[in-house]
Amino acid sequence: MAAQGAVAARSGLRSALPLLAPAYLWLTVAIFLPLSAMVFFSFMTDLPLTGKPWAFTLGNYAAFFSQSLYLTLLLASLRLGLEVTLWCIVIGYPAAYVLAKVLKGRSREAIFLLVILPFWSNGLVRIFSWAMVLREGGILDTALNAVLPFKINIDLMYSYPAVIIGLVHSYVPYMVLTCYLTLQAIDDSLIEAGRSLGASRLQVLKRVIIPLSLPGLVAGAALIFVPVVGSFMEPRILGGRTGTFYGTVIEDQFVAVFNWPLGAALSFILLAVVLVILAVASPVLRRAA
Amino acid sequence: MAGVQVSNVSRSFGAHKALDDVSIDFADGGFYALLGPSGSGKTTLLRQIAGFDFPDSGRIAIGGESVERVPVEKRRIGMVFQNYALFPNMSVADNVAFGLSVRGEAKAVIATEVQRALDLVQLGKLGGRRPHQLSGGQRQRVALARAIVTKPRVLLLDEPLGALDKALRVDMQIELKRIQREIGITTIFVTHDQEEALTMSDRIGILRDGGLVQEGPPEEIYDRPRSEFAATFLGDANIFRGDATGNGIRLADGTAIAAGSGPTLVAGAKASCAVRPERIQIAMDAGATDGDANMLKGQVSKRIFAGNNSTYFVDRAGQTLKVIVQNTGADRLTEGQDVVLRWSPASTVLIAAS
Ligand SMILES: Nc1ncnc2c1ncn2[C@@H]1O[C@H](COP(=O)(O)OP(=O)(O)O)[C@@H](O)[C@H]1O
Ligand SMILES: [Mg+2]
Repeated sequence: MAAQGAVAARSGLRSALPLLAPAYLWLTVAIFLPLSAMVFFSFMTDLPLTGKPWAFTLGNYAAFFSQSLYLTLLLASLRLGLEVTLWCIVIGYPAAYVLAKVLKGRSREAIFLLVILPFWSNGLVRIFSWAMVLREGGILDTALNAVLPFKINIDLMYSYPAVIIGLVHSYVPYMVLTCYLTLQAIDDSLIEAGRSLGASRLQVLKRVIIPLSLPGLVAGAALIFVPVVGSFMEPRILGGRTGTFYGTVIEDQFVAVFNWPLGAALSFILLAVVLVILAVASPVLRRAA
Repeated sequence: MAGVQVSNVSRSFGAHKALDDVSIDFADGGFYALLGPSGSGKTTLLRQIAGFDFPDSGRIAIGGESVERVPVEKRRIGMVFQNYALFPNMSVADNVAFGLSVRGEAKAVIATEVQRALDLVQLGKLGGRRPHQLSGGQRQRVALARAIVTKPRVLLLDEPLGALDKALRVDMQIELKRIQREIGITTIFVTHDQEEALTMSDRIGILRDGGLVQEGPPEEIYDRPRSEFAATFLGDANIFRGDATGNGIRLADGTAIAAGSGPTLVAGAKASCAVRPERIQIAMDAGATDGDANMLKGQVSKRIFAGNNSTYFVDRAGQTLKVIVQNTGADRLTEGQDVVLRWSPASTVLIAAS
């Protein structure tokens, strides 16, 4: 029996190979090659493309440890990632719950479309729209002053909250989608069973729904946290001078200072830190789920 | 524990009347079956009693207390779902403990109560398992233990055995009945299986298109159905249609059929008579006639042998009648044979045309 199973699995693999090959080839070319080039760069004194002489060095990595600025910025970026992820949970989870368990038919489709619309709009357009809303004399300022009886000054532009708002808006659809998928898979009769046993809606949420949708929350958090820690567009445009983060420094190395080796080294340090965080978090989360 | 009174309850979904002025009195400690075809409103009625859904009009009382606007979590009911609805993220014991734990009972109390409930459903040793490690029958027992451990006032079951195979279903019927007797809880059991309703319940309510067709003990509904629907839905019945006479009906061909029970009808009104297949005697000739027996001539068109009995299909005047004969070792009739059918008026029920 077992041998037969193994044979079947092997022949299954062989017939699947032609199907898998294009995907792996693409992954190799599109990810592995540029990535290894970057690894290579990160150990160089200068870019070979510029024609200047170059040598191997560990200096780019050493730079991270020798200047406390990088560590400070990395911590700021991790905090940003954490805050944005938390806000995405606070906003996205209830939205996903309503979509999956409250709305039906037409209205569900309509709201769903609204939620994933940011996905389809251009990132820059999205960010500049926020700039128009948040700046002094902008849409939010004007609207609030039109409604409120007293005069207030709303100028969120070039501030930490503006960065958070922009990032949450960009990334909340991930949370809604992953949570929606796990919430939708929870049978409604589980909720009814909980209530028939005397549990309030809140108790059912805490003891049944959240534990069962934890995989979606975790997936959404990972999908949001990782790119937000390295983000640079929202911090730069919406944060202005306050928007200096680890991601913007990396971007500077590539587009402004042309110190690709340092930029690459900083990227790989970020990658390592994020991987360590995920590795530490995953067993904890698995036990909880 | 408590009885349940449903009075004039109606519930519509859009233009569709799922429940239409239903009134039933569920006695304290009784085992009640709600029987009806799919879409007849059984689940809707159960959900009104449970409190998952509120009626548009009418009154529901549990133990004399009006509850029609009380949400489910405050009604102190126990519910068993067709798909078990066990919490997959919890062990069997935690599933059973859920109701006590949300109520804030002490840990020690919960542990003993859970063990007692699991012992009652004969799953005492499986508390540590996860629901997905259990068989269908075991899951159903856990669902039952979970529903009764909180000592609810009423136990509601929506086709709880529908997902089980035949042999297991019969086991569970006996088991369920035993447990219900042991704790004496008022039980309302939804089913579309007439045999299940007949064998398990003290009383049956038959629903059709959101209305209560007939309600009473199984024997009463079986012996004295008040509509063609009740007669044919609960058990098998031969139906004759004609015009009411003083004590029965007259068929189109002039044959009179006498009925021993049923309503008093105006002579000439449209009416039917129902007779159960096992009440009819079948013979090759008229033999000795006792005066007032109903008698018809026909021809055997088909015989189905089922070991302990045989079913004969007898054609007469464009109608096929069904006769079930116990296997007593007497000669069997062959297909194509002319026969005489005979049954007493006491076995015949007069039914007013609906
Ligand atoms: N939530 C609902 N929305 C719309 N129609 C419903 C709803 N619940 C039940 N119905 C309708 O009410 C009728 C009775 O349903 P139900 O009580 O589930 O029948 P049963 O349990 O006897 O099969 C059906 O026609 C069904 O389509
Ligand atoms: Mg139903």
